[in-house]
Amino acid sequence: MPPRLHITKTPKCYVGGAFIRSESGRVTALHDASGAFFANIPQCTRKDLRNAVEAAAKAGPGWAKRSAFNRGQILYRLAEMMEARAVELTEAVALSGASKAEAARAVAASIERVVHYAGWTDKYEQILGSVNPVASAHFNFTVTEPMGIIGVIAPDDSPLLALISLILPAITSGNCVVALASNTQPYPSILLGEMLATCDLPGGVVNLLTGLRSEMVPTFATHEHLRALSGAVKEADRKTLKLGAAESVKRVHLLKAEEPIDWFADKMQGVEEIRALIEFKTTWHPVGA
Amino acid sequence: MPKTLPKPNPARELVFGELWEFDPAPETADPKLKKRYDLFINGSFVAPKKGKYFPTINPAHETKIADIALADAADVNSACIAAQKAFVSVWGKMPGKERGKYLYRIARLLQDRAREFAIAETLDGGKPIKESRDFDVPMAAAHFFYHAGWADKLEHLAPGRQVAPHGVVGQVIPWNFPLLMLAWKIAPALAAGNCVVLKPAETTSITALKFGEICQEAGLPNGVVNIVSGAAETGAAVMQHPLTTKVAFTGSTEVGKSIMRSLAGTDKKMSMELGGKAANIVFDDAPLDQAVEGIVNGIFFNQGHVCCAGSRLLVQESIADTVLAKLKRRIAVLRVGDPMDKNTDLGAINSREQLTKITDLVQSGVEDGAEKYDTGCKLPAKGFFFRPTIFTNVSMSHRIAREEIFGPVLSILTFRTPEEAVEKANNTPYGLSAGVWTDKGSRILKMSTQLKAGVVWANTYNKFDPTSPFGGFKESGFGREGGKQGLLDYLRVV
Repeated sequence: MPPRLHITKTPKCYVGGAFIRSESGRVTALHDASGAFFANIPQCTRKDLRNAVEAAAKAGPGWAKRSAFNRGQILYRLAEMMEARAVELTEAVALSGASKAEAARAVAASIERVVHYAGWTDKYEQILGSVNPVASAHFNFTVTEPMGIIGVIAPDDSPLLALISLILPAITSGNCVVALASNTQPYPSILLGEMLATCDLPGGVVNLLTGLRSEMVPTFATHEHLRALSGAVKEADRKTLKLGAAESVKRVHLLKAEEPIDWFADKMQGVEEIRALIEFKTTWHPVGA
Repeated sequence: MPKTLPKPNPARELVFGELWEFDPAPETADPKLKKRYDLFINGSFVAPKKGKYFPTINPAHETKIADIALADAADVNSACIAAQKAFVSVWGKMPGKERGKYLYRIARLLQDRAREFAIAETLDGGKPIKESRDFDVPMAAAHFFYHAGWADKLEHLAPGRQVAPHGVVGQVIPWNFPLLMLAWKIAPALAAGNCVVLKPAETTSITALKFGEICQEAGLPNGVVNIVSGAAETGAAVMQHPLTTKVAFTGSTEVGKSIMRSLAGTDKKMSMELGGKAANIVFDDAPLDQAVEGIVNGIFFNQGHVCCAGSRLLVQESIADTVLAKLKRRIAVLRVGDPMDKNTDLGAINSREQLTKITDLVQSGVEDGAEKYDTGCKLPAKGFFFRPTIFTNVSMSHRIAREEIFGPVLSILTFRTPEEAVEKANNTPYGLSAGVWTDKGSRILKMSTQLKAGVVWANTYNKFDPTSPFGGFKESGFGREGGKQGLLDYLRVV
């Protein structure tokens, strides 16, 4: 018998809980490390980004209202989905030339990170919030709230670990995310979308786009419904993003992509990353009869 | 023939009108003012390099109080270099326990000279003496006292992580609470181990420069605190100086945005406390007399020169007439006039420029079709004053319902359901504060959750405390001041 011809997959972006091609119909051919054609990746546009923001806006209130316990269970379910497809994820990370061992380490760290944040959903509030001993006869407390929709811009390197490290602290606290994946290694984000789709995360909470950073950054910068920007980008993009952010007083939390970033480091995860993407709200009430 | 019921008697009240005048009760202690104020750089008062000064006036009399040094970029540079030197050689490596002791000293010295500072504040800024005496100055001292105790406990701010100061912090503050805003900025910055270059507002520099004397009396090492007075260009020089790696600004959203733009190409950490257009929401089950006190305090405190002022009153339709009637009765007895008089409720508007802005916006309210009401009270012949003013028949599209007036002007809107109240309250680019008045606990918690604002006052308004984080959502800025959350904004998590 001749060898069976395998079915190739058409990569699609995960937006609003559905798998989409770019509205533009444009694709970019992706090649593996040996130079062989691998697949066509959607080259999303500013319009796709705006659609994704709309999807996130629909999903946002529901996600923020989920109980912390429920968000934790959903994130843990994401780890389960990734673990089950760890081999496939490893191959995707290794596609552009990383060794299998390096790729496996990145996948393992990514899954560990998901579990780490799954445990934070019902704990960060007790670390970050407070009851404040004011001098007057008032009960005064500070709680956190998600900011809303976070624009995430992943660096080219560490296509899975960096992307998920940027997404997780945002959704742990009930934000929604519109993320742009690595330009040079977009395929892991395609797989991640499939896992997000099967982990009980409501559609629209995380939206993953592939496309050219140069095309998308100006829209990330100025889209007023994005309340914060988080990512690792180079100097020129940082300036563009901050200039745009000024127009609607957007929060900006950017790392320098031109400097080496150790995404495996413990300090790349945790409650301080969650803190960067929440608001503090303080409520006063008189204490009396 | 249906029998008409007799109309209920209106609530009885004692109306004395203008029968008696209050005797004047002026505050008379000596504010110990100088004729000329120099810059406070590296522990000394120094003349500006170019020798330029500008006058500061008493807005209640339009008379000159003193000449204030105008710092230019070269003066700001000297201040930043002094701050950097102090950070590297002394302050940055001093144990937190020792830094804290300096802050305690400052708190104590401010308390010692509280009356003098209160009077200087009122003379220079126009706010009623009872507010500067009972609120601004004691609260400023309280901020130093609170943050003093943090200086040796910083590792508790970011559990599991190390923290470190930024180095030199550049700060620009507004004219509505000159000394208090200085305290909100300087106390946490110093507790965290930073050194400071601060620019006070152009119209209210005196208490900031007097604070330089307090630093000297406290024996604070030279260069830890530097005060550079001046106008917008001075502030821009502070914000843009390469040595100020962290900047903090309190002021209008417009200026905040321009600072953000000007620093877009830098790695500076920023915190912004910007404008507001707060909704003060009164439900039909609220304790109405208390609510009316809260409405009055919310909008007329400090002549409405408050970024978190409750400038939009949202009142449930069924009680709108009652609330309006009570409100009119209450504001009829507000005393507008000499800020130095202990009985004065509303003092002078801070500057002619601000008075013009308020007047223009009030005019726009009339032109847009809202109904204007003011008490018609007598105003002093000289100085900048504005009557407590309320607008009814206001719609969400009116400028007076959207723009920050920063004056004693209240816009009243109505709502029917809690959902409509939330929708109207949140329908603004701002998100600094909000008020909720209701007897129902569960409704308070739900409203507080749904209102997009950094501070929610429930059955109270305009309360502040050093332990309580203050700051906005959306275009009201980012970062917090006060509490453990605010202090961490002055540290790097490493």
